[in-house]
Amino acid sequence: MEFFNNHTKLFGTAFLLFAALTLFVAIIPAISNQQNNAPLPNAVPLSDDARKGKELFIANGCVACHTQQVRNIDMDSRWGKRPGIAADYAAMKRMDIWRNTATLAGTERTGPDLTDIGNRQPSLDWNLVHLYNPRTVVKESVMPAYPWLFERKAMPSDSDVVVNVPEAFLGGKSGKVVAKPEALQLVAYLQSLKQAELPGESRAPEFLYKRVVKSTEESGGSESGVNGALLYTDNCQACHQADGKGLPGAFPPLANSPIVTGDDLSVYVDIIMNGYDARPEYGAMPGVGTMMGFTADDVAAIINHERSSWGNKGKEVTAEEVQEIITLLEADNK
Amino acid sequence: MEQMPNIYSLQLGWQEMTMVAFVVLLLVLLGVLLSLYHRVVHIRNNTGGGTDFRLKRHVEQFSSEQLEMLLQQKRRGTVKQKASPLSKKAVMFIAGLSAGLPAFAQETTASGIAWGNAGIVITLVLIGIPVLCGLVLMVIKIRRTLFRYQQRQNDALAGELAQYLDGLSDPEVLDNLAERKAALEYTLTHTELTGDVPVRDKRGLIASPRSDVNLPIAALKKRAVRRPNIDSQLAKLVLWYIGTSAFWLLFGTTVGQYLGIKFIAPDADQLSWLSFGRLRPVHTNAVFWGWASLGMLGLGHYIVPRVSNVPLASLRYGWYSLILINLTVLVGTVSLMAGINNGGGEYREYIWPIMLPFAVALALTLINFLKTIARRKTTEIYISNWYMISAIIFTIVIALVAYLPFWQNGLGEVIVQGYYMHQGVGMWFMLFTLGIVYYFLPQQLNKPIYSYSLGILAFWTQILFYTLIGTHHFIFSAIPWWLQTVAIVGSAGMVIPVVAGTTNFLLTFRGAWYKVKDSYTLPFFLAGIIFYFTGSLQGTAEAFRYTNLIWHFTDFTVAHSHLTMYGIISFLLWGSMYAVVPRLTGQEPPQLTVGAHFWFALIGLLFYTVPLMYGSTLKGLSWLEGKPFIDSVVLMAPYWLWRAIGGSLMWLSHLLFAYNLYKMFRTEPQSNIVETALAKLTDKTVSTAETR
Repeated sequence: MEFFNNHTKLFGTAFLLFAALTLFVAIIPAISNQQNNAPLPNAVPLSDDARKGKELFIANGCVACHTQQVRNIDMDSRWGKRPGIAADYAAMKRMDIWRNTATLAGTERTGPDLTDIGNRQPSLDWNLVHLYNPRTVVKESVMPAYPWLFERKAMPSDSDVVVNVPEAFLGGKSGKVVAKPEALQLVAYLQSLKQAELPGESRAPEFLYKRVVKSTEESGGSESGVNGALLYTDNCQACHQADGKGLPGAFPPLANSPIVTGDDLSVYVDIIMNGYDARPEYGAMPGVGTMMGFTADDVAAIINHERSSWGNKGKEVTAEEVQEIITLLEADNK
Repeated sequence: MEQMPNIYSLQLGWQEMTMVAFVVLLLVLLGVLLSLYHRVVHIRNNTGGGTDFRLKRHVEQFSSEQLEMLLQQKRRGTVKQKASPLSKKAVMFIAGLSAGLPAFAQETTASGIAWGNAGIVITLVLIGIPVLCGLVLMVIKIRRTLFRYQQRQNDALAGELAQYLDGLSDPEVLDNLAERKAALEYTLTHTELTGDVPVRDKRGLIASPRSDVNLPIAALKKRAVRRPNIDSQLAKLVLWYIGTSAFWLLFGTTVGQYLGIKFIAPDADQLSWLSFGRLRPVHTNAVFWGWASLGMLGLGHYIVPRVSNVPLASLRYGWYSLILINLTVLVGTVSLMAGINNGGGEYREYIWPIMLPFAVALALTLINFLKTIARRKTTEIYISNWYMISAIIFTIVIALVAYLPFWQNGLGEVIVQGYYMHQGVGMWFMLFTLGIVYYFLPQQLNKPIYSYSLGILAFWTQILFYTLIGTHHFIFSAIPWWLQTVAIVGSAGMVIPVVAGTTNFLLTFRGAWYKVKDSYTLPFFLAGIIFYFTGSLQGTAEAFRYTNLIWHFTDFTVAHSHLTMYGIISFLLWGSMYAVVPRLTGQEPPQLTVGAHFWFALIGLLFYTVPLMYGSTLKGLSWLEGKPFIDSVVLMAPYWLWRAIGGSLMWLSHLLFAYNLYKMFRTEPQSNIVETALAKLTDKTVSTAETR
């Protein structure tokens, strides 16, 4: 055909077709999304440290294994309270003249999603020791270690943040492990990753493809259908470990713990909901329950799991007892 | 524990496996029955019909030697009769039966039990093994008994035959037999067609006849056809492209292999420059922009002038592009290891100042190619050029869309990222490589492409559908739902160009399949074309919402990208390189190492991808079931190990590829004794002429 024997016409047509489709599926949607979305009013802008931490996150290619997108399907509900929306990304702009915008949405989930990691794992101590070598706290982890974010000091000063690394991971070298500013910045970024609350009465999109819940008998959960063991794995195990023995010098054991097996339920619930920092030999525990929005059912299931595991034999609690304490605690805090 | 609807519970199970085991057992039994039936029919044939009829039939089947013996005996007038001893009766097969039956009965009584239970299945398998052995034994026994029975029959028949022969005395019959003997002994003289004149190859049809043929380790393939030499300056340019691409292949896959090892040994090193997150983009970008891009462009510099029938417009532009692209990959690699990263978007990790030389190189190449095509001496623009030139144009567009800052804020970046990463793969690597195949496949098969029209259909539908599919990497994300749907529809539409392309290539093979076994380049093309079909359609399957639930975010994507970038692109590039380099240097690669390269790469790729796909399916299901995340990391361990094993084989094949290239590139020809001798002779004649 004459038309196709003319290279200008042939390649011109191909170019126009491709360019028009590109406009339609990439450029126009991209521009429309960046113009029609604004950050949520509750969203907290990155602090200086967190911003530097984000640059470290990009430089070290963390996005290769960690996504930052909660999809609107039920299996992603563990990564955030609601599915991600365009507004969550709206504050992200070009880093500088050299580097592009980094939404870090990611395409691989070899490691956990980090959209809400600031709520899920806020502990500075845990994050530092995990960065130094992830296998100190999660022995099955395949995440790289980042020892170059730390240094050794024989005599750390008071302003130094000392990391309690177990003996086996020190490589036989002497001196205390001290976090460099980079490590602290990276953790500051991770701690800043929290899903912002939707304002006022706007409803979050729903999670699709809901799981069909089987009868509680088979699931091994409590009467309420909440699985205490799973909640423990997802929220507590990173620090207190699967064997409930914690990590000496960093996280206290729950096996044989007087608080777990004892009778003072209100202290126990208070720690789960609001955290604990009364013992200098251990790191501070953040208020996991409040951050994760635990219900009385959740807390009761966790308590019952912890009281019946690792040789613990504590009294079983009901959701009603827990609810009473939570209500009291909330009243105290006000 | 909660459970998903049935579609996802892919717990391929014990039930299915039991079924398969039963089917296999049935098939074995069927085979046994057929074999017995065959035996019985054979015996019946030998015993059927009247005695006379049977005896005559035997006489008809006599060979000439047997006839000679018979006639001699007749002449002597004596025929001796041999008595044959009766074979013993054997009813052992009943014992065989009784040995097998009880065990078999055991198996069938087990119904009504939970078949799915692993313990039950293992038990059944354990029972099945002796049952199967018993069956085999029984069959052997029965066959042996039947064989003895048949032998007895034969003996009896032989006695009758001897008597019959003894009784033959009719001269007419004997004459007939003598005539038959003469007819049977007729042979050709073997010179009917050739005549008695000694053989001469007047037209030089036979190349290097060999009389010392030993048993070869591998089948001998055809040698490349010598072609008129192409411009040695162009040859040098193309060889540099291919040489540097091979370097980046070796470098990039060495890095990739190390990354695979890090999944098994995360503490293999703890250096910042070698940490996983930094090395991963080093691997992908090196094989993308270094290996595949340089390889494609090198072949493009050969093809465009060939099919336009004119010299390349500018060699200098070609050299500039070569240098610029190598510069990009070199600087990009170092910068990524040093922690300079554009923003984490896949394949977009080089910052723009580093990617700029690559874009300039593309623009130079485009000008160069277009100028060449504008001067072409053919009316048509050959379809290879459609694909290759368009690929370059589109990639410039893609790079601009990806790196210009006007639409990259917030979710805009995600939309552009989806577009960019898939257009980069489909419009650059795939489109360009298809252009290469449209040139080299017909050339290597020595026949035209099956259908030009199918090629054109595939071309336009590829543009139409492929451009739409980018956002299928972000299904269920915050990207507008309609855009996700468009991407899914586009992915489904990709069936059209893929099927059209595959059909076109496979039908080009039609009538020339026999050439595959004689060629060391065609297996690469064939493998590439098959992966083109399977890999691309797998992409379509992965794009649907349901499959996204299971496979998205898992290593399935990694397996898919290796099936395509490696199975399709790399295999097709290798085939083309093995086709073109001997033409440029006049030296062929050792066929043995080319074969080893092919098989290591193919087997390695399968070891890499199949376990990874299986494992990541389990991973996705464990996420769906809401199991703790760390469980999904633990369950991948064996599949990651297999991936590393497959990766090692692939890496080994690249060493062989580099060795083959070295053998082809070597400038000092090792076997040109003849030419050296001739040169010496000419020198001698010249010098003697001068001294005179």
